[in-house]
Amino acid sequence: MQEAMINKAKQLLADGTVNRVIGWKRGEFVYDITPAVFETAEEIDADFVCDDFTAANVSKYLVKESRKEGKILAFLKPCDTYSFNQLVKEHRIVRENVYVVGIPGGPKLDAEKIKAKGITGILGVKNENGTLKIDTLYGEETMPYYEAILGKCETCKSRKHVVYDELLGEEGEVISAEDSGRFDMVEKLENMTAQERYDFWREQLSKCIRCNACRNVCPACTCENCVFDNPASGISNKAAADSFEENMFHIIRAFHVAGRCTDCGECSRVCPQNIPLHLLNRKFIKDINAFYGEYQAGEDTTSRAPLNNYDKDDCEPSIVHERGVE
Amino acid sequence: MLRISIDRADELFAAIAAQQTLYLPADREDGQAEYKKWEEGVKLSGRLNTVRSAKDFFFPQTENLAEFKMEGKKIEVIDVRRESEDFVIFGVRACDARSFGILDKVYLVDPVDTFYQTRREHGTVVTMACTRPAETCFCQTFGIDPTEPEGDVSCWSDGSFYYFKANTDKGQKLLNSLSSLLEDGDTATLDETKAKTKEILAKLPLAKLSTENFGCDKLNEYFSSAKWAELSESCLGCGTCTFVCPTCQCYDIRDFDTGHGIKRFRCWDSCMYSDFTKMAHGNPRLTQLERFRQRFMHKLVYFPANNNGEFGCVGCGRCLSKCPISMNIVKVMKALEEK
Ligand code: SF4
Ligand code: SF4
Ligand code: SF4
Ligand code: SF4
Ligand code: SF4
Repeated sequence: MQEAMINKAKQLLADGTVNRVIGWKRGEFVYDITPAVFETAEEIDADFVCDDFTAANVSKYLVKESRKEGKILAFLKPCDTYSFNQLVKEHRIVRENVYVVGIPGGPKLDAEKIKAKGITGILGVKNENGTLKIDTLYGEETMPYYEAILGKCETCKSRKHVVYDELLGEEGEVISAEDSGRFDMVEKLENMTAQERYDFWREQLSKCIRCNACRNVCPACTCENCVFDNPASGISNKAAADSFEENMFHIIRAFHVAGRCTDCGECSRVCPQNIPLHLLNRKFIKDINAFYGEYQAGEDTTSRAPLNNYDKDDCEPSIVHERGVE
Repeated sequence: MLRISIDRADELFAAIAAQQTLYLPADREDGQAEYKKWEEGVKLSGRLNTVRSAKDFFFPQTENLAEFKMEGKKIEVIDVRRESEDFVIFGVRACDARSFGILDKVYLVDPVDTFYQTRREHGTVVTMACTRPAETCFCQTFGIDPTEPEGDVSCWSDGSFYYFKANTDKGQKLLNSLSSLLEDGDTATLDETKAKTKEILAKLPLAKLSTENFGCDKLNEYFSSAKWAELSESCLGCGTCTFVCPTCQCYDIRDFDTGHGIKRFRCWDSCMYSDFTKMAHGNPRLTQLERFRQRFMHKLVYFPANNNGEFGCVGCGRCLSKCPISMNIVKVMKALEEK
């Protein structure tokens, strides 16, 4: 696939369809890939990469890139196309300035999961029939391939691209919630007692170092100046003073992206403390599905979002009491 | 050399904890390590290093500095400092141990930061030599030998014993207090372990990275380098690299209005943030390029310029593994050096 992408990129640069390409750039190791914009065929030949570790969603960069001179080629995985569409819908991306080439998705791998096994000194990673062979400074190590799969790919919601100008490879299908299991953990949390749930979240959120990586990577978080960064907002907060503030940052953020979060999984992927932030967002997605009918943010660019719309069938505020707190 | 069998680690930790609060790296359920207060049942992590560095003990993410109470035109200033307790941090790696020296150069010079100073005085650092360096480690670039860590007490492991050597009075005092547990023993197997580690160190992918092309004489050349645009292009402007870094030292001071008075606190800040060093006229670094450049220029040029050539990085590799876009000081160094 990487080769087909490189050829496609060079062709579109050469024929003038685009003047830049956004993709991924090779790093020092096998896994440290950086999203990057390429302007020439030479740059692409030297550093362009698409492999097991190119998990980063480049859609958010297109907010800025699509406002520059000329058209940019973006390679988008199925999940990335939902973020892209949502940003087009919110008038953040200028659609006509992006040439979207859909590429197959993952599963991508998570270097942190390999390291969590105690495997260190990683020099190379190869998948051989379901076994990951890892070349390290301390000799070869192995682990089951599926145990190294990135969290967001384990519960992939769609192998179908919701937007593209051109497609490389086969188109896939939307994956049902039953098949993806993406709400299983949310259900587990719902079935806990309030105290158990509180304890679960306190344990997770108390690890937060408030680095803002989750917010800054999030394609649904594109405010020019976040309330938490703005001293004039009255709630600016660079570090959580106590557990209340620690919880609030995440809960407020989850509310703010509700109905717009496409479940791209970037927040949990980038968290240095492995906090399962996606579970907060998935709870909102699940509730929106239940209260307002099935809805997938980013699926299209025209429909009204359930939380921005009024319908006679909408749930009543009293639902809160009916459902109870326990 | 003084040593104790690793099987007796719990006795050792209990003996330390009986005198002072003991913190050590412990495993978390997600496979990463973090410093925890030792109590019965807490096991020393086998991981190479913690996600958060050991700087937290001396320079915590948030701390209250003072409180103000207003009554009419009278303002009462309340000192909120509590008496610090003595504590021991066990298992600090050589890179983090060196970072304390770097922080000292910021906080212990005139005007001395007494909050920091108090904690430094009360803390005893017991280091732990590395035996399994990771691909992201490049402490050697900064002249750090991970097989000979600094600290008040240096500690080594050969898999069967922990070996100890005191480097300061504070460290000697700690070892003296543990004398009934420690015995003198020979270091043959430890020497083998060290030799093996040295072989690995020579093979690390970043073993050849050098600071030769960095320092104060590079100020103008690097500051105006055209490379920053590309390097900073996809930076998210988050604080991950800064907050996991053992040597990042910047903070913000804010006032929190409680409704009854003011709580003045300080918290870590990041030069990657849009409101970093914001002043009445606004922010001196308007774009992410300038903020990004600040972080690396500080470590590779400004800090050595002000501190006899000492760099502001210890090569711990945390920013290499934690940056969400995998952009980091090594990539910056390599790009700047390239003509
Ligand atoms: S990325 Fe993780 S540690 Fe950073 S602010 Fe978000 S939840 Fe907290
Ligand atoms: S909240 Fe998380 S999953 Fe949802 S769009 Fe943002 S980064 Fe993606
Ligand atoms: S270099 Fe990486 S960790 Fe640092 S601010 Fe930029 S994106 Fe965040
Ligand atoms: S800049 Fe990176 S490698 Fe250097 S001390 Fe900080 S976190 Fe460690
Ligand atoms: S950077 Fe050096 S001292 Fe730090 S953990 Fe790695 S090998 Fe050990």
